[in-house]
Amino acid sequence: MDFGNILVNAFGELISPTTAAYALAALGLAVHFGYSGLLNFGQAGFMAVGAYGYAISTLSFNAPLPVAVLVALLASVVFAIVLGIPTLRLRADYLAIVTIAAAEIIRYIVTTNGLTDVTGSANGLAAFEGGFYDLNPFPPGTYNVGPLGMNERDFWIRIVGWSVVIIACLVVWLLMRSPWGRVLKGIREDENAVRSLGKNVYAYKMQALVIGGVLGSLAGIIFTLPRGAVQPANYATELTFFLYTCLLLGGMATVLGPVIGAMIFWVVLSLTQGLLYGAIEVGAITFLSNSQAGQLRYILVGVALMLLMVFRPQGVLGNKKELAFA
Amino acid sequence: MNTLSTPARIRRSLLLVLGLLATVLLGATSAQASSQPPVQALHPVHIPATIQAQNVDYRIGGVLRGVDGPIADVTVTATGNGFEGEATSGANGAWSITVPEQGAYEVALDEDTLPDGIALAEGQENPREVTFANTSSATTLFLFGEGIVSQQTSFLETLTERALAGFSFGLLLALSAVGLSLIFGTTGLTNFAHGEMVTLGAVLAFAFAAAGLPIAVAIVLAVIGGGLLGYVQDAGLWKPLRRRGTGLVPMMIVSIGFALALRYVIQFFFGGATRQLPGSQSEIINLGSVSISRNDLTSLIISLVVILVVAFLLLRTRIGKATRAVADNPALAAASGIDVDRVIRIVWVIGGMLAALGGILWAYYRPGVSYNMGQQILLLIFAGVTLGGLGTVFGALVGSIIVGLFVEISTIWLEADLKYVGALLIMILVLLFRPQGILGRRERIG
Repeated sequence: MDFGNILVNAFGELISPTTAAYALAALGLAVHFGYSGLLNFGQAGFMAVGAYGYAISTLSFNAPLPVAVLVALLASVVFAIVLGIPTLRLRADYLAIVTIAAAEIIRYIVTTNGLTDVTGSANGLAAFEGGFYDLNPFPPGTYNVGPLGMNERDFWIRIVGWSVVIIACLVVWLLMRSPWGRVLKGIREDENAVRSLGKNVYAYKMQALVIGGVLGSLAGIIFTLPRGAVQPANYATELTFFLYTCLLLGGMATVLGPVIGAMIFWVVLSLTQGLLYGAIEVGAITFLSNSQAGQLRYILVGVALMLLMVFRPQGVLGNKKELAFA
Repeated sequence: MNTLSTPARIRRSLLLVLGLLATVLLGATSAQASSQPPVQALHPVHIPATIQAQNVDYRIGGVLRGVDGPIADVTVTATGNGFEGEATSGANGAWSITVPEQGAYEVALDEDTLPDGIALAEGQENPREVTFANTSSATTLFLFGEGIVSQQTSFLETLTERALAGFSFGLLLALSAVGLSLIFGTTGLTNFAHGEMVTLGAVLAFAFAAAGLPIAVAIVLAVIGGGLLGYVQDAGLWKPLRRRGTGLVPMMIVSIGFALALRYVIQFFFGGATRQLPGSQSEIINLGSVSISRNDLTSLIISLVVILVVAFLLLRTRIGKATRAVADNPALAAASGIDVDRVIRIVWVIGGMLAALGGILWAYYRPGVSYNMGQQILLLIFAGVTLGGLGTVFGALVGSIIVGLFVEISTIWLEADLKYVGALLIMILVLLFRPQGILGRRERIG
């Protein structure tokens, strides 16, 4: 068992673009759930809207990169508004069911054979990342980040991904300490009290839903760029639940919580994978196959989500007073 | 939000209209999608080299393919926009006519040039109109022979058949939905792990049957196993959480964690493959002009009987009355001497058993057992429960039947892979108009 290699892999997950995408999407959930108390279970849908919005406008309409990103963001704004109109007046558990249903509707629609020309159905779309890598200012070569070497493409996507995460964190931090953010937190604590102060609760919730959704959409683009492909199976309900695990790990009403949560999530997954596979390889564990070891990790995710919720709902960074529920 | 002032009401109806518009737009795109398949179901067109060499902008083409393979040397003509062109299909059956501009053309296949024994399939228009605007090429397919003739059944027969299948599906959904609704009614928990309780029933039935037990015994044991899971779940997880005073939203998230853990535990032991229960292939029974598979009919009768039994228990027995009392107001029920924890425990056991039975019937309906089968219908179960009204048992029954009917009947118009979309959309729409559901009460919404 090569511990050095396992640690390097874990470090790779720490800065991988997938981690950045998870951090960004979980930050969107923090805006929804942590700050506004909206139980959005459809974040995977927002990510799918972003990824498909980008891929389809690039492939079907030959849109340049900025236009494609803009289309993806606009699509998520529209999705948030369409989703928000019927649901934002509903109680939390209804909202959860409707948002999860909406995300699944998106997934069914991009999977359907009838739209293969546009969405590629179950195979998804590929080869839309060229425009992004054309902007790469780094010359070809090997770039080292700590112990990790990577080519110029991997380096570029990491730089961009994490820059977006940092900017998004700054924006959310500024928003939440502004008067607007204080009203939002007020809504989370007591909706009726805020309404009695003359605030339009519905509008604030809608704005929060849109902002979190846009973050989810950006996350979808960053998630799909390094893969060079977007496939509907990646945007199932599990994705949302993993994002909730990240969010709860870090702390739901914090700016850095989702980022740290996503990092912990992926590092722990990578470490357990490395250790389990290593133990199977050297014969220390004989009762597991490799695929069973993979499933064992997800069993751990589920158990971790339960234990977190029961014993430390505020996460690593959070403040117990600032929970969306009593 | 219980009483709406007039402006609020107007605003709400405006929003309804907006939402409807959005839905209609969505519906329009999917309708458009379902009208496309004949074009894109085409094999890649291989253009004969001679025609490719001309390399002109606009083309009408297609592939002629019969039951035995490509059909060569058939003449096709295109006329329109003051143009007339002709092409002969190549050895691979492909033909292509170059036209001067986009627009509408009349394409005709010369049936005299068809080889002996091959004729156009019934209902194939010839000549036909081909229109193209934004693309540089248009494809049209001529279908041949009896093998591809679309089956001609009357619409009413199709509808009855789909409705019967939908009823069967709806009732099996109702089994799980009634359990979910009972649990919600008595504890307030929206249980995301219900899908895994459904899966476990089917997986246990498969395991017992694979161990050599007759399928009937395996099913009974699996249902008992489902009840056991309900019992253990409540005793080990939910009761302690209720004791701690955990809120409803945290409990919901705990149930998600539990669902994830349980799903992968099942996959851990069962593997990722889909396997069949014994007797999953059954003959078709003809009832008058309507046909239904024996399994679907058996499933329909079993779920109907079980639901009637549950309804009887709820309405006529002491424990049933106690359950309804707890669902109505736990504190008051406790004050009048009902052991609330015991009632909830019984509800979990019954819910687990119903879910397991629903899972077994679902395994016959799909057909197949897989580790994520419960997750696939979890949202439909939710849709049924929300449609009927969260927490109302008979609402769950009505809602599930509506969802089942809707899923199956919508396949007449929608592509089969979109059939769940309709059911989910209908749930969202009902929430727009009647947030408390069909049979729900007003105070249940926030």
